[in-house]
Amino acid sequence: MSAPQDEAPQDEAPQATTGGPAAAVATGTADGGGHGGGENDVKDDGGKGGGLAPPVWLAVVFLLPALLLLGFLVVYPIVYSVIRSFFDADGAFTGADNYVGIFQGEARLTAVRNTLVWIVVAPTVVTILGLVFAVLTERIRWATVFKLVVFMPMAISLLASGVIFRLVYEQDPDKGVANAAMVALHDTFAGGGASYPGAAPRQGQGVPVRSEGGAVVGAAPVEPGRTALLPLLRVRPEQLPEKPTPAAQPPAAGPRAITGTVWFDFTRGGGGAPNAVDATESGLPGVKVEAVRDGEVAGSATTGDDGTFRITGLSAGQYTLRIPADTFTAAYGGAEWLGGTLITPAIIGSYLWVWAGFAMVLIAAGLAAIPRDALEAARVDGATEWQVFRRVTIPLLAPVLTVVLLTLVINVMKVFDLVFVIGGGDPKASVLALEMWTESFGGGQNQGAGSAIAVLLFVLVLPAMYINIRRLRQERK
Amino acid sequence: MSTEKTAPEATGNGGGYGAPRRSVASRIVNRLGGGVAQFLLVLIALFWLVPTFGLLIASLRSNADNASSGWWTVFTEPAQLTFSSYGSILDKPDFIDSFWNTIAITVPSTVLVVVIASLAAYAFACLEFPGRDWLFLLVVALLVVPVQVALLPVADLYGRIDVGGFQMFGSVTGVVLFHVGFGLPFAIFLLRNFFIAIPRDLLEAARMDGGSEWTIFRRVIFPLGGPAIASLGIFQFLWVWNDLLVALVFADTEAQPMTKWLQSQMRQFTGNIDILAPGAFISLIIPLIVFFAFQRYFVQGVLAGSVK
Repeated sequence: MSAPQDEAPQDEAPQATTGGPAAAVATGTADGGGHGGGENDVKDDGGKGGGLAPPVWLAVVFLLPALLLLGFLVVYPIVYSVIRSFFDADGAFTGADNYVGIFQGEARLTAVRNTLVWIVVAPTVVTILGLVFAVLTERIRWATVFKLVVFMPMAISLLASGVIFRLVYEQDPDKGVANAAMVALHDTFAGGGASYPGAAPRQGQGVPVRSEGGAVVGAAPVEPGRTALLPLLRVRPEQLPEKPTPAAQPPAAGPRAITGTVWFDFTRGGGGAPNAVDATESGLPGVKVEAVRDGEVAGSATTGDDGTFRITGLSAGQYTLRIPADTFTAAYGGAEWLGGTLITPAIIGSYLWVWAGFAMVLIAAGLAAIPRDALEAARVDGATEWQVFRRVTIPLLAPVLTVVLLTLVINVMKVFDLVFVIGGGDPKASVLALEMWTESFGGGQNQGAGSAIAVLLFVLVLPAMYINIRRLRQERK
Repeated sequence: MSTEKTAPEATGNGGGYGAPRRSVASRIVNRLGGGVAQFLLVLIALFWLVPTFGLLIASLRSNADNASSGWWTVFTEPAQLTFSSYGSILDKPDFIDSFWNTIAITVPSTVLVVVIASLAAYAFACLEFPGRDWLFLLVVALLVVPVQVALLPVADLYGRIDVGGFQMFGSVTGVVLFHVGFGLPFAIFLLRNFFIAIPRDLLEAARMDGGSEWTIFRRVIFPLGGPAIASLGIFQFLWVWNDLLVALVFADTEAQPMTKWLQSQMRQFTGNIDILAPGAFISLIIPLIVFFAFQRYFVQGVLAGSVK
């Protein structure tokens, strides 16, 4: 109604030529027309239209629901939180005490420190992973499938991701896949074999084995074709197989081989001759036995269920039999992911799993937008692939990398679900966003302290708010 | 420039030919590099698939099996697979209630955000009114506000709303409104940037034909905004479906969605794996279906939502 008759909002017409709607989603194309407020009404470029400009009150009607909700649920709470943060739990004014309190006390300092670790580590690693994945997928035919697989965790809830990773990080290598993989790797490279921590030879005269530097060695050298007995004591019952196989006499050793028995030289309830294999005694399976000559391992074998072993391929000479020291140390059980000092890195690991796909897809889009000519020109100029990547690709990608990094930093500051679910209330894992919840709703009952942490989180994202606004203004110009 | 250009040719000449030698070498490097890259990517893809696969298998084993061995045991003992955990969780009324609550929260939140944001975005993009740019700037500023800052104040606000026995705090309505409020800035931002690119002529033509703004909105803007609205809808749907924090604060036991119910079962993780594994899997299967069915829109939505 207030708009003059001859003024259709033609000033925005050029906008139509900037491309279809699809382009707008990605680039956030802003209109070239608006200079703020009523100025638009003064502008007139011909007045072709016929008095159809919609009235202002209509705009108000269209905007009202959104503005009401934003006002009550977003704007008002910011003001409320800022004010509330200056009062203590009982509502008495305390000045900046709540803010000072964020940095006091063991629990709070841990949360601050962990939040810093998160901010420094997680966005960087996610961005690097995203970059590596995006580059690797560039020439691969099944890139789409790969991207779907890596992007998929973005679709599921962080709670579900938390449950998934609680399973992955189970301490027992028989249940948690992370430790199962670590133990398997360790045993492959460090030589597996069963372990019997605490087991030791008998003391005294006439014993065929003795301790030497943590390992157990045969007291007398052995030649190929002979057999050897390696009795051990002090084996803990829980380390024996559920149904132990009785120890057997060493089988006959052919030429170039040494056989023997490693067994638990102890008969329950007494009886049995010391240093001799009795049917009442159990063999020790999985023990690695080495034949050593001149300090070098010439051959090795692992004992069977009945404790017997056969080392073959030995040339003539004197050998010392040795059970290596790691048999007598505790078995490698993988890392303590949860509950120990690794808990924050472990949770960050799950965060990488969730967010790497996001970084990858954004960076891949950036890579696709790099003009082929620039890369070709560098290659023609004799640059190696690495130089092309380092000197051309990375600088051209810089804006995308910055956006990814910034987005992740903002996101990481608010990380809550994963820490809450995987950390399971462990104070060693706490972060600021979790402290905020604990203080306000999780038993802390201190709304002042909770508000102060919330306001701190809000202040930390202010730079991002500024960047968003500046970007919008620049696009307008 | 020209000196640099001659360098590879010069080295190439040493081998007898110019270009071919270089291209043969680079082809081998490419082939090898391709092979290594393929291998690495397969490994990485496995890394990304194994955890979820582990959850699926764990949900298909009995509690006793899960307590005594890892899920990978099924490769040697496929007889362990059973639907019994799913059977027992689907018999739990709490869980069923929480499933319906998730839907009762997610669907209205998504529809309301789409409708309210479309109206506002239309006003920002296509209507003239004083203070328009200033207001839009405010909306953009609100994009990054962390939900934490609103938890206490809104809890306080809801606590004071008690109309005829209906208490806002703890109700599904309260959770929905909170999600709508925090979904709006991004939704308005996304849709307004889309609407602004719709040709003005189209609107003018519709106005000339005597269409009211409401008709234009319904007949022109809404259909043309299809892709953006789809992206927004999917993004918001998953955002709300997957939320835990808001539900933790604003939903009581009557109104709790699956995420909160599952969280309450986590105190005894290993003992409750027969509830947690199938529960988590049920809660993630619907987002996964949505993701695979609408991946293009979803990816667009997430990428556009990178400011959030």
